[in-house]
Amino acid sequence: MSVSNASDAYRDGLFGEFGGRYVPESLMAATRELEELFFAAWEDADFQHQYRSILASYAGRPTPVTHCANLSADLGIDLYLKREDLTHTGSHKINNVIGQALLTKRMGKSRIIAETGAGQHGVATATAAALFGLSCTVYMGAVDVERQALNVFRMRLLGAEVVSVSSGSMTLKDAINEAMREWVASVDDTHYCIGSVMGPHPYPLMVRQFQRIIGEEARPQMQEIAGSDPDFVVACVGGGSNAAGTFTAFIDSDAALVGVEPAGGAAIGRGTPGVVHGMRSKLLQDEFGQVQEAQSISAGLDYPGVGPEHSYLASIGRARYEAVDDGQVLEAFQILARREGIIPALEPAHAIAYVLAEAGKSIPAGSKVLVTMSGRGDKDSETVAKILGEA
Amino acid sequence: MENTTATPKRDFSLEEHLKSRRASGAKLLVPYITAGYCKDWLATVAAIAAAGADAIEIGIPFSDPIMDGPVIQAASQAALERGVTPASAMAELATLAVPVPLVVMTYCNLAFHAGFARFAGWLQDGGVTGSIFPDLPMENATEWSEVAAAHDIANILLVAPTTPPARAKRIAEVSRGFVYGVGLMGVTGVRDSLAQSASMIASSLKALTEQVVLIGVGISTPDQAREVAAHSDGVVVGSALVKRLNEGEGPDGAYDFVASLRSALDSVPRP
Repeated sequence: MSVSNASDAYRDGLFGEFGGRYVPESLMAATRELEELFFAAWEDADFQHQYRSILASYAGRPTPVTHCANLSADLGIDLYLKREDLTHTGSHKINNVIGQALLTKRMGKSRIIAETGAGQHGVATATAAALFGLSCTVYMGAVDVERQALNVFRMRLLGAEVVSVSSGSMTLKDAINEAMREWVASVDDTHYCIGSVMGPHPYPLMVRQFQRIIGEEARPQMQEIAGSDPDFVVACVGGGSNAAGTFTAFIDSDAALVGVEPAGGAAIGRGTPGVVHGMRSKLLQDEFGQVQEAQSISAGLDYPGVGPEHSYLASIGRARYEAVDDGQVLEAFQILARREGIIPALEPAHAIAYVLAEAGKSIPAGSKVLVTMSGRGDKDSETVAKILGEA
Repeated sequence: MENTTATPKRDFSLEEHLKSRRASGAKLLVPYITAGYCKDWLATVAAIAAAGADAIEIGIPFSDPIMDGPVIQAASQAALERGVTPASAMAELATLAVPVPLVVMTYCNLAFHAGFARFAGWLQDGGVTGSIFPDLPMENATEWSEVAAAHDIANILLVAPTTPPARAKRIAEVSRGFVYGVGLMGVTGVRDSLAQSASMIASSLKALTEQVVLIGVGISTPDQAREVAAHSDGVVVGSALVKRLNEGEGPDGAYDFVASLRSALDSVPRP
């Protein structure tokens, strides 16, 4: 495997007209340092070995691909799940934070900060901080602190400080604002561990590289289990890290790549190009350029922007982006649990919902469909129970 | 990526005004106010001018102000809730005749979204002759700087305590109107004491440019303003003023505070 070639594309941080680095001057030096350090580390065999070893021995990689026999029979397709829900901490977020925590140590920084929506990235960051002996602060919108109480407890248990952010819409967008502000003030000894393929260069590229292991494992696994590449690769998209990490390995395949956005936060579906959080990408904004609040049952997808690589893949037609609504997601959440014994997080339940809606339609009967099961649903059980009137 | 072609040399009215004030021996005072934070904000702008400001920064509210602390966030939020838009703020400003230059400070998405020419047109109609986008660093500012220049708007760039010297020099060459030295590592806000970095960045910028050097972020009191101005050409004061306005002080309160800053700056010993 040639990892160095893999990082050459987009090395300047530009994905067509998207990406870039739109940050306060105070952060220019730090983002440049990070860029240099990341490229050097990524091409360093020792770093790769360390990163991959920790993912194997600590995070539980490789994760399997599961053929869903029951749902496949129901739907008349072959459905496969890439099981990121089986990693340590319960979502793909761990892949990225192990990489960034290693970089934090290389930079000689002692503290790591992160934003979180659903809490999965916050939990993963708190976990890596505990493992590497870093102090950790996680910024989380007040609304999300409320709806993801279990993850707040987990982060605190892991030794992280959780800061509840009550500005703006009090969700992921504002948690990012607050983490950026804190980073401006503490960049000397603090690394900002962004959890998705967003933010200023090098984050969109760097996070995707740390997540590409998802697709790199899945493609040969599909060859082995299904005998061929999938016809469709489907993943949910908020910022878009699990989708980017999956799609990368299939860009040169014949598979259709489908990102599934929440109807209330469909940055690619309904957004227009804009600049926020250090990047140019598609964005939900009003007629004057004020960023709009996303609305989703899933805290992890409740984000009005999207990673610039997704805006680019959509613009060149290599991936397409579809939306499902909260009702479809709730149904998919329950169907996957009942038919396959897998309780998905609400985020990948979006991808499942899309497959349920389109099997036999835009996904023809007999298709091989790979869905990235980006996380497990324990954290969402209380939310769903409340909505279903069972709590 | 390193496309940092300097904006063609030209005379900006903002630059001329500030340089002539400096030549007269004055230390420059640039207070900040958020456009439309309350309904009589224009009267407050007039009071700030009357109290001895050399220019006034007008903040156009943005939904995601990552360089601003809680005080300016609150004013911004209040303005957004009142329905203030870039065009409406500039239209209101156009009705006001103030004897000092006006500089807009906001975030670049508003200009990208409107289109640079349209946005520059709004600013020009509002009587604005300078712009500051804290999230549009030098590498990305070239196109806006050119469009702005065509509307006699000087695009002001920032230098941070973490900016390496060679880059600071380049920014000082490309910046128009003045060079904005960020006084500390952090976002806007009221600070009890002046950061050491404020005087340090002031001195280092003064040593490498003939441009007017103003220091902002974390300058909250007349004493702090006086201290920094000993090393710079003057100061920008935002949160300390906006905090008073958020707490309900009107034009009179703004006048008194700005006047106190003015007299502190006037007491800086001349070399």
